[in-house]
Amino acid sequence: MIELTDTSSSEIAAEFVRARRRAGSPAMGMVMTLIVAVAEEDAEAAMDAARLASREHPARVLGVILGNGRGKAQVDAQVGIGSGWTGETALIRLSGEVTRHAESVVLPLLLPDSPAVVWWPTNAPDDPAADRLGALAKRRITDAAAAPHNKARAMLTQCEAYSPGNTDLSWTRITGWRALLAAALDQNPGKVIAASVAAERISPSAELLAAWLADRLKVPVTRSSSGGPGITDVVLETRQGDVSLVRYDGKLATLAAPMQPDRPVALKRRGVAELLAEELRRLDPDEIYERTVKRLVKMHTAKTREDSTKKGA
Amino acid sequence: MSPSHYTDATGTEFVNPLRDPQDRRLPQIAGPCGLVIFGVTGDLSRKKLMPAVYDLANRGLLPPGFSLVGFARRDWADQDFAQIVHDAVKAHARTEFREEVWQQLSEGFRFVQGDFSDDVAFETLRQTLADLDRVRGTGGNHAFYLSIPPRFFSETIGQLKKHGLAAQTMDSWRRVVVEKPFGSNLETARELNATISEVFPPESVFRIDHYLGKETVQNILAMRFVNAMFEPIWNSNYVDHVQITMAEDIGIGGRAGYYDGIGAARDVIQNHLLQLMALIAMEEPPSFDAQSLRIEKQKVLQSVVLPRRLDLYTTRAQYAEGWAGGVKVPGYTDEQDIPRDSRTETYAAIKLNIESRRWANVPFYIRTGKRLGRRVTEVAVVFKRAPHLPFSDTATEELSENALVIRIQPDEGTTIRFGAKVPGTAMEIRDVSMDFAYGGSFTESSPEAYERLILDVLLGEPPLFPRHEEVELSWKILDPIVEYWAKHGRPDTYPAGTWGPESAVKMLARDGRTWRRP
Repeated sequence: MIELTDTSSSEIAAEFVRARRRAGSPAMGMVMTLIVAVAEEDAEAAMDAARLASREHPARVLGVILGNGRGKAQVDAQVGIGSGWTGETALIRLSGEVTRHAESVVLPLLLPDSPAVVWWPTNAPDDPAADRLGALAKRRITDAAAAPHNKARAMLTQCEAYSPGNTDLSWTRITGWRALLAAALDQNPGKVIAASVAAERISPSAELLAAWLADRLKVPVTRSSSGGPGITDVVLETRQGDVSLVRYDGKLATLAAPMQPDRPVALKRRGVAELLAEELRRLDPDEIYERTVKRLVKMHTAKTREDSTKKGA
Repeated sequence: MSPSHYTDATGTEFVNPLRDPQDRRLPQIAGPCGLVIFGVTGDLSRKKLMPAVYDLANRGLLPPGFSLVGFARRDWADQDFAQIVHDAVKAHARTEFREEVWQQLSEGFRFVQGDFSDDVAFETLRQTLADLDRVRGTGGNHAFYLSIPPRFFSETIGQLKKHGLAAQTMDSWRRVVVEKPFGSNLETARELNATISEVFPPESVFRIDHYLGKETVQNILAMRFVNAMFEPIWNSNYVDHVQITMAEDIGIGGRAGYYDGIGAARDVIQNHLLQLMALIAMEEPPSFDAQSLRIEKQKVLQSVVLPRRLDLYTTRAQYAEGWAGGVKVPGYTDEQDIPRDSRTETYAAIKLNIESRRWANVPFYIRTGKRLGRRVTEVAVVFKRAPHLPFSDTATEELSENALVIRIQPDEGTTIRFGAKVPGTAMEIRDVSMDFAYGGSFTESSPEAYERLILDVLLGEPPLFPRHEEVELSWKILDPIVEYWAKHGRPDTYPAGTWGPESAVKMLARDGRTWRRP
C-alpha cells in the first residue's frame, strides 16, 4: 500500500500503473470498477468484503470516504494492487469542499469500457440513482438491513426510489429461499391458495420475500414475527397440504411437502462478501426485483390505508 | 419449453408461478433423485465424483433428499461408506467443507456390497432404491454411474435390466453414465452401443469425456460465435494450418493394464482431440442445443480425409528412459506390467484434412503423448503470413506467423500472437503475445467438468457429449491409421521429458512447417 497525501485522481491513476509495473506488469483482466461509498468506521470491513468479492470478479475497487465538509479541499489515498489476484484498490479520503464533488475524483479512475458499480455498505442515499456517485454507475447496491438508523423504513425508502439498476443485498439474501421454494413447486403440488412468511420483527428480506410470493402466486401472504435469526418459516398452502421450508438455526432448513418425507437442506445465511459476489454476477437491471419492489410499495400503501381506516372508525 | 413450464406426473403441462425466464438468479435445482455409483471404491470416484456431488450440494444445486448409493465389492456398512465419502470430500472438494451441507447429504448415503455377477446384490440394490424412494422421497428417479472397467459394462447393464432397475415409468426416470473409452474400434464401439441401447433409450445415456467438459465446449463456442472479429478470418483464405496438442508430463503410472494395447491414438485422439477439432472447424449451428451442435460436428467428422501416404503423415512413438522435469524416469517398456516387446504407442501425431470450402488445403495436425515437456492441451490456429511486408528481410527476421491459441488446460484461456516493433531507432519486428485467462477475468475456480456433468444427468439436460453416431464416425477416421501401424514396423522412440520423436518433426517439415512449442 502506498500512501498519497493531498493528491489527485491523475496521481492515483499513475500510482496504479507504477504498482502494476513493480509487480512485473501482470495482465489486466479487470472486468469492472467497484466504488464503495462508506463511512470511516465501516471502511475496513467493507473494503475486505469488496476485495473478497473481487476474487470472483477482478475489479478496481475504489473506497470513497467522505470526511468533514468544512475547510480546505483535500484528497488523500492509499493505493495498492492485489497480491494473488488481478485487482487494484484505492481507499480515497475526501475532506473540505471536495466532499460535495466526489464524482469528480472517481470519474477519471473508472476503467475504460467496463461497467461501474456503486455499493453503499451501510448508509445509502434515499435515491441512489439521483446520487452523484450513483449516477456514474450502471448498478447501485444498497443494504437496507445495514442502515444505521430508521431500519424499519429503510427498505421501503429504497423500494419507493427504485430505478433500473438499483438492487439491495436484502434481495440477494433470499436467493437460496426462492430457489428452494421454486424447486418445490416444480414438483407441482397443486395450486397455492395462501402463503405466509415468519421472520425477525425487522427484516427487509422477509418483506421482499412476502412481496415476491404475493406477486408471483397472486395470493394473500401473511407476515408474522418470530425469534429469528432472519427468516424462519415460509409456508405455501395447497389443497393437498402445506409445502413448508423452515430454518431455526440460520444454517440447516427442513423442506416438507404433502405425501413426502421431510428433507433437510443446507440454507446458510451468507456473509456480505458472498452476497456482493452474487450481486456482481449480472449487471443488467433485475426485472424480477423491480416487480417485487413495486408490489412491496403497493402492499404497504394498502396496509397504511387500512390502518388509517381502522383508526378513523 | 421455457424453464417455467413443466410436465407433471400425469403428462399435463403446468406453469410454475415462481419461475420466470427473466429470473436468472434462480438456479435450476434437480427434482428429487439419487445417484448410484458402480466402482465407488475407485480413484475416479474418490477424487472426482464424490467431491463433485458435495460441491453441487454446497452450491445449493442438489435437491433436498438427494441420495448417493455406492456399489462395490468391499464389505462396508453404510457408516463406513459415509466415512470414505467424508474423507474424499475433505481432501478433494473444491468448495469449503460445511457441516450443515454434510448433514443434508450424509443421511442419504447407502452402500451395497457385491459383484457385477451377483444377483443377490442387485436385488439388494433394487430394495435399497425402493427404500430411498420411501424415506428420502427420491421419487423413483435414479442415475447409474458406471465408473468401472469397460469389460464389465455389458454385464452390469444386463443386470440392471434383469432386476428391473432400468425400467422407467411415466413419472420417474432412470439414466446411465458411461465413461470413455467408447469401444476400442468401430466394431467394439457398435457392440457397446448395442448393449446399452437395448436397455436405455439414447436420451437416457450420458457419455462423458471428462477432458472436454461442457464448460470448455461452451467457452470455445462463445469465442467463435459471439465475436465479430474471428469468424471472417476463420477459413482457408487466412488460416495456414491448425495444430491440436494434448501433452501429458506423466507416464502411464498405474494404468498399465488398460493402456497397453490401447495406446495414445485410441486413448485420446479418437475421442477428445477429434471432438476438439470438430468444435474448431464446424459451421455455426442454427442454435446451441445439443442436437444442432451434434449435426454440425458430424458434418466435420464426415468430411475428414486421411492423408494418402500414412507412412509420411502419421507417426507414433514410445517414450524411452530419460530425465523429465529433473526426475529420472523409466522408458515405456521398462514400466511395471508392460511387456518388453510392447508395440503400444505413447505418442501419436497425425495429419488430417477437412474437405469443405472453408478448410480446403488447411491441414489439421493432431498430436498427443505421455512424458512430454509439460502438461498442456491447446489448439493453435496459425495464420498465413501477410501477403506483402513493406519492411526489409532483416527487420522481420524474428517475425513468425500470427497465431490464435485456445488453451484448454491448464489455465484455460486464449493467446494471440502477433508482430510488434521493438522500441528503438532501428526497424525491427518481433513476436509478442496478448493473453486472456478465464481465471484472471472470471471466478477463480469455475465448476469442475464432473459437477456440470452430474448436474446435467440429474436435470436430464441433453449432454453436449458425443452420441454414438459421432463415436462411430471418429472410429472410422482412426481405424485405418491404427491398422496401418499394426502392420508396419515398430513405434519410434523419444526421450522422456522432450516434445516427441524426430519423425514428428520431419512429418511437419515435409509440409514446410514446424510444431509450436506449447
